[in-house]
Amino acid sequence: MKEFLIIALGVLIFVVIFQIAKASEYVSVLKGEKQSRKQNNKINAFLLLGFLIFGLIGVWYCNDLYYGKTLFPQGSASLEGEKIDSMLLITILITGVVFIITQILLFWFSFKYQEKDDRKAFYFPHNTKLELIWTTVPAIFLTVLVVFGLKYWFKITGDAPKNAIVVEVTGHQFAWEFRYPGSDKVLGKKDYKLTTAKNNLGVNFDDPASFDDIHVNTTMHIPIGVPVKMVINSQDVIHDVGLPHFRLKMDAVPGIPTTQWFTPSITTVDMKKKTGNPDFNFEISCDQLCGASHYAMRGVIIVETMEEYKKWLSEQKSEYFTLFPDKAPKDNSSDSIGKQITQLLPVKNN
Amino acid sequence: MSSEATLQHADVHDAHHEHHHHETFISKYVFSQDHKMIAKQFLVTGIIWAIIGGLFSVIFRFQLGYPESTFPWLEDLLGHWAAGGKLKPEFYYALVTMHGTILVFFVLTAGLSGTFANFLIPLQVGARDMASPFLNMLSYWFFFLSSIIMFTSLFVQTGPASGGWTIYPPLSALGDASSGAKIGMDLWLVSMAMFIVSALLGGLNYITTILNMRTKGMSMTRLPLTIWSLFFTAVLGVLSFPVLLSGAILLLFDRNLGTSFFLSDIVIAGKILPNEGGSAILFQHLFWFLGHPEVYIILLPAMGMSSEIISVNSRKPIFGYMAMVGSVFAIAILAFLVWAHHMFITGLNPFLGSAFVLLTLLIAVPSAIKVFNWITTLWRANIRFTPAMLFAIGFVSLFISGGLTGIFLGNSALDLHLHDTYFVVAHFHIVMGVASFFGMFAGVYHWFPKMFGRYLNDTMAFIHFWITIIGAYLIFWPMHYEGLAGMPRRYYDFSGWSSFNMFSGLNEFISLIAMIVFAAQLLFVFNFFYSMFKGRKVADTNPWGSNTLEWTTPINPGHGNWPGEIPEVYRGAYDYAKDGKEFIPQNVPIGDDESKAH
Repeated sequence: MKEFLIIALGVLIFVVIFQIAKASEYVSVLKGEKQSRKQNNKINAFLLLGFLIFGLIGVWYCNDLYYGKTLFPQGSASLEGEKIDSMLLITILITGVVFIITQILLFWFSFKYQEKDDRKAFYFPHNTKLELIWTTVPAIFLTVLVVFGLKYWFKITGDAPKNAIVVEVTGHQFAWEFRYPGSDKVLGKKDYKLTTAKNNLGVNFDDPASFDDIHVNTTMHIPIGVPVKMVINSQDVIHDVGLPHFRLKMDAVPGIPTTQWFTPSITTVDMKKKTGNPDFNFEISCDQLCGASHYAMRGVIIVETMEEYKKWLSEQKSEYFTLFPDKAPKDNSSDSIGKQITQLLPVKNN
Repeated sequence: MSSEATLQHADVHDAHHEHHHHETFISKYVFSQDHKMIAKQFLVTGIIWAIIGGLFSVIFRFQLGYPESTFPWLEDLLGHWAAGGKLKPEFYYALVTMHGTILVFFVLTAGLSGTFANFLIPLQVGARDMASPFLNMLSYWFFFLSSIIMFTSLFVQTGPASGGWTIYPPLSALGDASSGAKIGMDLWLVSMAMFIVSALLGGLNYITTILNMRTKGMSMTRLPLTIWSLFFTAVLGVLSFPVLLSGAILLLFDRNLGTSFFLSDIVIAGKILPNEGGSAILFQHLFWFLGHPEVYIILLPAMGMSSEIISVNSRKPIFGYMAMVGSVFAIAILAFLVWAHHMFITGLNPFLGSAFVLLTLLIAVPSAIKVFNWITTLWRANIRFTPAMLFAIGFVSLFISGGLTGIFLGNSALDLHLHDTYFVVAHFHIVMGVASFFGMFAGVYHWFPKMFGRYLNDTMAFIHFWITIIGAYLIFWPMHYEGLAGMPRRYYDFSGWSSFNMFSGLNEFISLIAMIVFAAQLLFVFNFFYSMFKGRKVADTNPWGSNTLEWTTPINPGHGNWPGEIPEVYRGAYDYAKDGKEFIPQNVPIGDDESKAH
C-alpha cells in the first residue's frame, strides 16, 4: 500500500511538472521567444550564483559534520601512517585552494557575464603569456607533491628494518589466518598441495622450522614500537589486507606473496581511551572484492605492550603439537622446543 | 588531397541519392547506413541501458541505505535473489558489477562516442557520410548483439557476473569462487568481445573519416574541438581495446580449457587446483591497459562537446584553441602510460610505482590548462544559459572537483590509505561518471534540434539540470569523508564493523538523494521521447548561431547531408565576436577588410 502511494505521488509530481513545462512553452510563444529567453537567462544566472554560495557553505557544513568521523582526529596508529596523514594535509591544502578559486571563477564569471543587450563579447582567442603561466604554476605544485609523495612511498615500501617481527597473513574466502615463526624466527615451508582440512595452510611439517610455528585465526597480536613485517598470501582469490587505522593496505595474491611492514605507535587499550570508545578495535578489512561474503571478511589486530605480547606468545601452542600431540616433548619451554624436535625427528631437506 | 577524396565521394553519393527516395522502413530505421540514423540508434540503445544501469544502482542503494529493513516489493521484482525482501549478497555484487559494466561500456562508451562520433564527424568535417557506412552499420549491430548477450546474462539461473566491472581473476576465473563466476561470467566475456569488435569498427571509421574526408578548406587546425576530441577518443579505443580482448580470451581459456594464465597455487571449496605458474596480476595489467585509456574514451568526447557548447553560448572564441588541441593530445598520450596507478597496492615494484606516480600527476597539467581555458572563455563573454550551456558549465565544475581528488589517488603514498575506499568511488563517479554524463546531456540538448528537427522542452530541461547537479554533489561529496575514514567500497553491509558503522545515517541520506536524482533522469527520458514527436519545431537552420558546418544543412537533412554541394570552409570554427560580428560561420569567405586570423 505504501509503495503504491509513493508511486502515485511520483506520477502526480511528474504530471504537474509536465503541465507546467507545456504551459511555459505556450507562454513563451505568447510573450515572444526573445523575452522569455531573457527571463530564463536571468533566473539561471542567479541560480548559478546561488549554487556557488550555497555550495561553498555546504562544503564547510559537510566538513563540520563529518570531519570528526574521519580518522584524522584520532591520529594514525602507526609511525608510517603519520607521514601519510601529513602528506594528506598538504594535498588537501593545495587542492582545496585550487578548488575554491576555480569554482568561484567559473560560477562568478557565468553570473557576471550573462547575456545583456548592451554587452558585446570580447574577442580574446588566445594569450601566450597567460597560457604559459597556467602551465608552469600547476607543474610546480605537482612537482612538490610528487617529491613529498615519493619520499614517503620509498620509505614505506622499502625493506623492513632488521629487527622486524615477521607475521604471515593468509587470506581465504572469507577469513584471515596468521602464522608466527616461533623462537627460531623462521617460518616452516609451505606447499599449497599439502593442504588438508586439518593442515589448512598447507604447511610442510617435515620442515623442522615449522615445529615451533604458531597458527591463530582472525586476531593478530603485535607489540607496540617494533616494526612488524607481514608476509601476505592468499589461498584462493585476491584479497587485500586493509588497515585503515595504520593507513596501509596490501593485496593478498594467490601464488605471489607480498609484504608490508609498519610500526604500531599506540596500543589498543590506549586507543580505547583516546577515542572514548570502549568497544574500539583495530580492524582488518578485506579491501578487494573476493566473493559473496567479502563484506564480512573481518580480522582484528591487538596492539599491546612488549610484555603483554610475549606473555600471549608463550601461551600459544605450536600448530605442530596441536596436530601431532603424540610427538610433543614433555618439557615444552619455548627455548628448547626447536632443539628437542631436531633430536626427535629425522630431518628431511627439501 | 583530402578535398579530392571528398569530391570523389560526393559524386558517388550524388548518384546514390536517387535510390534513397524509396527507402523501406527496414533500410531507413533498422539496417540504416546513414550515420545520423546510426547515431540515433546508439543514443536510444544507450538511454535504455542507462535506465537499466541507473535502476540497478537505486536497488543496491536500498541495501546500503537501509541494511536492516526488508522490502517485500524487492522479492516481487527479483524473486529468490531478494528472498524475504532483502537482497542477497551475491546478487548485490551482481548489481554492482552490472551497474559498472553497463554505465562504463554500454552507456558512456557506446552511448556517448557511438552517438556523437557518428552524428557529428561527417556533419562537422563536411562529409556526406562515414568512410564506410557499411562497417558503421555493422558497428551498431555488433553493439546490439553484445547488448543482447549482456542482457541475457541477467536472467541466467546463477546470475550475471558479480566480480566487479574489473573482473579480476581468480574470482572471475573460478566457478567455485562465486555464483556469478559461472555461466554469467562467460556471457560477460563473450558480450565484451562483441563490444570490442563494435568499438574497433566504429573507431577505424571515425579516424579514417576525419583524416580523409574533410571538405575543401577544412584543414586539421580548423576542425572544431569536438572533432579533435572524438579523433583522439577513437585512437585510444583502437589501440587499447584489443588488449582487453586478449585478456578476455585468455580468461575464457583459463575458465574453460584448463590453462593457467592467471591462476596459480589455489585451494578453493576444499579442492586443490592443478594450475601453477600463472599470475593474477598479469590480468590486471592487461585490463588496465585498456581500463585507463577507457576513462579518457569516456571523458574526451564530453570535453570536446563542452568546449564547443561553451564557446557557442558564450558568443566568444574558445580561449587557446591550439592549447586545447595540444592538451587533448597530451592527455591521450599519457593515458597509455599510467595504467599501473590502479595497481599500487598489488605488490608492484615500488620503483615502477614511482614512475607511474610521476606520469599520472603529469596529466594534471593538461587538465589544468583545459580548465583555465574554459574559465577564460567565460570571462567577458555574453552568456546564454541554454540547457546545453548549463550542463557544459556543470561539466567543468564536476571535472574540477573530481580531477583534484585524482591528485590524491595518483600519489602512491596516499593511495596506500585511500585505495578501494569510498574516496575512489566519489572520485571516479564525479570525474568520469557524472561529468561525462553532463557532457552527454549537453550534447543531447545542443544537437537535438539537428537530430530530430524539434526542440526539447526548456522547463523540463532546467529542472533536470538543477536536480541533477545538486543531487550529484550531495551524493558524492560526502563520500570523500567516508573514504578518508577508510570505509571500503563494494561492501554489502557495514553494520558488523566498528570502524565504519558510524556512517549509517549518511548512507541512508545518499540513498534517498540517489532515488530523487534517478527520478529526475526519467524526466529527461520523458522529455526526450515526447519532444522527438511533439516538441516545438525548429524554424531556423542555425538556431544557436553556431559556426560549425552541421548548421548549414537543411533542418531535416537526408542521407548525404547537403542537398547540393558540400560547403567549402574558409576559417576556423571559433570566429565569434570577431570584427564586431556576433558570429561568422566556417563557410563564409574571409573578407578583404577582415583582421588576420589568430
